[in-house]
Amino acid sequence: MTATGAVGVAVASAPAAALELCGIDVRYGARFANRGVSLRVEPGTVHAVVGENGAGKSTLLGVAYGEVRAAAGRLVVHGREAALVGHTPARAIALGLGMVHQHFMLVPTLTVVENVILGREPRRGPLVDFSRAEAELATLAAAHGLALDPRALVETLSVGERQRVEIAKVLFRGAEVLLFDEPTAVLGPSEVGAFLRALRGLAERGKTVVLVTHKLDEVAAVADAVTVLRHGERVVSYAQGSVPAPEMIARAIIGREPPPPLMPPPVRDRGAPVLTARGLISGSSLLGVDLELRAGEILGLAGVEGNGQAELVLALARLSACAGEIVRAPGALGHIPADRHRHGLVADFTLAENLTLGRQRELSGRVTMDRARVLTHARELLARFDVRPGEPDLPVRALSGGNQQKLVVARELSRPGLTVLLCAHPTRGVDLAAADTIRRALVEARAAGVGVLLISSDLGELRALSDRIAVLVRGRIVATLARDAATEEALGALMTAARESQEPSA
Amino acid sequence: MSWDRGDSGASASSSHGGAWTALYVTLVALLVALLAASLLVIAFDESPARVFALVVAHTLGEPYGAGQALFRATTLVFTGLSVALAHRAGLFNVGAEGQLVAGSFACAALGAALPAGTPAVLALPAVLLAAAAAGGAVGAIPGVLRARFGAHEVITTIMLNFVVSGAVLFVARTWLFAPETIHTRAVVPGATIPALGLGGSAVSWAAVLALACALGVTWLLTRSRFGFELRAVGQNPDAARAGGVNVGRMTVIAMAAAGALAGLAGSGTVLGYKHYFEKGLGADAGFTGIAVALLARGNPLAVLPAALLFALLAEGGLAAGARVPREIVDVMLAVIVIVLAVAAAETRRVRASAGDGA
Amino acid sequence: MTLIETILSVGFVAQALRVTVPYALAALGGTLAERAGVVSLALEGMLLFGAFTATLGSALGGPALGALCGIVGGLLVAAVYELIVVRWRADQVVCAIAINLLVLGLTRTLLVLVWGSASSSPRVPGLGSTGTWAFVAAAAVLALALSELVRRTPWGLRLRAAGERPDALASLGVDVERVRWGAVLASGALAGLGGAWLALDVGGFSDAMSSGRGYIALAAVVSGKWRPLGATAACLLFGVAGALELNLQAEATSLPRELVQMLPYVVTLIAVSSVARGARAPSALGQPLG
Repeated sequence: MTATGAVGVAVASAPAAALELCGIDVRYGARFANRGVSLRVEPGTVHAVVGENGAGKSTLLGVAYGEVRAAAGRLVVHGREAALVGHTPARAIALGLGMVHQHFMLVPTLTVVENVILGREPRRGPLVDFSRAEAELATLAAAHGLALDPRALVETLSVGERQRVEIAKVLFRGAEVLLFDEPTAVLGPSEVGAFLRALRGLAERGKTVVLVTHKLDEVAAVADAVTVLRHGERVVSYAQGSVPAPEMIARAIIGREPPPPLMPPPVRDRGAPVLTARGLISGSSLLGVDLELRAGEILGLAGVEGNGQAELVLALARLSACAGEIVRAPGALGHIPADRHRHGLVADFTLAENLTLGRQRELSGRVTMDRARVLTHARELLARFDVRPGEPDLPVRALSGGNQQKLVVARELSRPGLTVLLCAHPTRGVDLAAADTIRRALVEARAAGVGVLLISSDLGELRALSDRIAVLVRGRIVATLARDAATEEALGALMTAARESQEPSA
Repeated sequence: MSWDRGDSGASASSSHGGAWTALYVTLVALLVALLAASLLVIAFDESPARVFALVVAHTLGEPYGAGQALFRATTLVFTGLSVALAHRAGLFNVGAEGQLVAGSFACAALGAALPAGTPAVLALPAVLLAAAAAGGAVGAIPGVLRARFGAHEVITTIMLNFVVSGAVLFVARTWLFAPETIHTRAVVPGATIPALGLGGSAVSWAAVLALACALGVTWLLTRSRFGFELRAVGQNPDAARAGGVNVGRMTVIAMAAAGALAGLAGSGTVLGYKHYFEKGLGADAGFTGIAVALLARGNPLAVLPAALLFALLAEGGLAAGARVPREIVDVMLAVIVIVLAVAAAETRRVRASAGDGA
Repeated sequence: MTLIETILSVGFVAQALRVTVPYALAALGGTLAERAGVVSLALEGMLLFGAFTATLGSALGGPALGALCGIVGGLLVAAVYELIVVRWRADQVVCAIAINLLVLGLTRTLLVLVWGSASSSPRVPGLGSTGTWAFVAAAAVLALALSELVRRTPWGLRLRAAGERPDALASLGVDVERVRWGAVLASGALAGLGGAWLALDVGGFSDAMSSGRGYIALAAVVSGKWRPLGATAACLLFGVAGALELNLQAEATSLPRELVQMLPYVVTLIAVSSVARGARAPSALGQPLG
């Protein structure tokens, strides 16, 4: 792209920051998502923005890209003041900003090249000039090491490939400053490595990268500078050359000493099998899964997202059809779903009603709901799991994400006669305190003899809690390791071993 | 108010957000509708004030008019409840008209076929059951098509309206219409519902049945396990399924129940007034039922005043019919629905920008 | 003639094509709007109002002006619908039903106001055979052109994105609202033209003359899997059913009138039930923009 070189030269000769946000205020009702936040990103660097969930990192990126309206503040790109009033993605793109969203902004039913050119289509007469589009994409892909089939439908791509499409989209628009929102959350360990190398490559070619993340090892590996946010405010910024050790950044993020990580010793004597699956097949996502979960253990399930974990849990919970055999010990099955909004909660129901869902037969007479028992039941669980505010008649939408998740956990763990608990990403999008409560609850369930199947994209969490870890790759379980054998390296190798190597060469 | 399943913005139980807002929005909707109607009235070179005075005088100023309005309201309570119940299950029942026709026809046909001396204790339950069953059967069809084949109930219920009225007319014309007429023979005396006798108007004890149904549906939705599961399906079918509810079966049952309510509307017109089924009976009651349910925000108790309001408008429109076309009432109805829908969207947006916890 | 002979005759094919025209025009419009993510239940109102304004236009200046006025009528309804559901983000299904009721009441009122009749307008100049075939040809050309438009033009690309992932389109700086505006206005123009055909074909307007065709056209959009050519093909099916209905009625067969008249609706019911499961609607269909 011709524009790329021209702007690059201008940046190199000017001392101005590539991107500067000053005194950004973002308000939702009475709550500040950002309060007086400033960020200065030097050209050609990778600048990490870190903080807990809800610290306001994504909001800040959204302001820069024109997707979130700021109540106050200034935006300066390459030394040029840009109005934040009426700032839109279209203007951000014109300023040379590009954004890769955490949840990919791709149209699954369109092809790769169609997604890349969308909104900026090369034309021949009234039609899209697809041959020129493909040629431009090929040039771009070669320059940045993005292996892509331009005619593939996006819905058929792996997560790693989709991310490359997102990067291609941004570069196609001639972006000089690339904003990444939690880009590695959906990637496997080896993909993360390749992705971080690609980020460095971009910086070396003169692009500027803003990386929002909460993983400190990534920060240590790739960031030139770091800004820490907490509760919507900037805590500290470390300029290039003065980035401290991860432990110090961690303290800045939480504002105190981090709690000692929960790491219960693995159980030695497992009980009888409570859930056995043989030859589970479901579409193209499960290709013959064998699995045995025993009473009183936590069985971890590792794997890069999109390898069948979600489908496996839904199949085991009998929420989706599949072929094969599932044998479950008598007793109740609990399910903490990956998508609590979709499978776990009814947003307009009250807390009490949500805690009743799935147990309505128990908490009613033959016809009528037993309101007194519904309320007692709710109050008891809300107190036990420290859900705040613990008002049974409040609609669940009024709760924060962490408290909503605690509500789901409370309901599922309190099923009488619970023998099996399926648990998908129980602490995702949840603040540290709530995550700790939830993890402790899982360990308690294990002690009570429940068989827990735990899926998590956080390998650290998986290794801390699981007694055994099974690795799911492309719809099959390729290995099951005892906790001691399940090092991060071993798991990473297994998770990616069976995958075709299509990683960017950057 | 939204009819999409799982749209979390659609809170039918407006327990929070304030009854005042609801009242305010309703008044605005009525004002805008009055304004639109006034413009049309002016187009006919009439004075809106005179026409509206006529409407009020006819409906509220005399027992007969008030009774006629109650008679119309009876039908609208049934169809409004039908639409509201389906809505709480996340389904849009545009088929109340066809269900009403089927129910009315069934009770008329059975009522006429009973032995002349059948006592009311036997005849009335039988014909009411027939009305509910026929309406329920017609309602169940789109439920099954949705649950089994994924066919959207809006299209199927509309198509069924045409199909049912055609089929009923065919059956009636071929076998049941009294000779040289377009209506069936009268039902036996035991199967009639006595009039309330309000100024010689058509309103009957069926109005009380409608009231009882509104209370019954309220109880069902708020107190029963069935209602709990139905609401869960309407708000989030995936979560309901995860909570052990059979969503497909609930879809069919909810549509059948909605159909049964619409079918019972026949009690007011057929059993309480005409005593026979005739061509064109109940036309537009289905669509007005949608407006009633919307105005009531899916709350079965609020269906009562909403139905009364639209009944007053319709009855008043008839009185004004000498001066302006009574179809102006349809325009008002549509305007009210649109204003309410826009207000609901605005409320949702305000709530979203105020920021929910998650 | 036996029924089979009737169906194989040239006359029947011509009749089927004629019946298809209003369905096809409305369904093409519906396809565009739905691909952009806007529910097209208001096609019924657009057809009806197009028929009314076309009658008015033809009475004033002949069938050509009538056709033009039909388009304008459809556009007017589309603009109102658009304002309500795209600009103000109100529930699309509810408002479409309300718009249809509004048009029904309005045309009845205007019928009295303009022509002093509660049921129908006086006769106005109709299409004649040239005009008829011009319409049929126009519908065919439009079907092909719109298919290309959706598949190969920048606007078509944005249209598909708007109905599938409007947030993705917006994040690229494209005004999704404008894409939807364009699509719904186009659907109004097309459905209005379909309405014009209804009126000009019989040379006048009669109360509620769209009689569910808009809903059937929407069923054709679904059955045609949201593709212009697919929807047109589904409309041809309805056209054949409609022509069959007319023939059966005309021949005064032993089949009862009511049952024959049910034919298009029954075909529609079967069509949406048998195809709906396999077809995938645009993911953002019916969802208001955030």
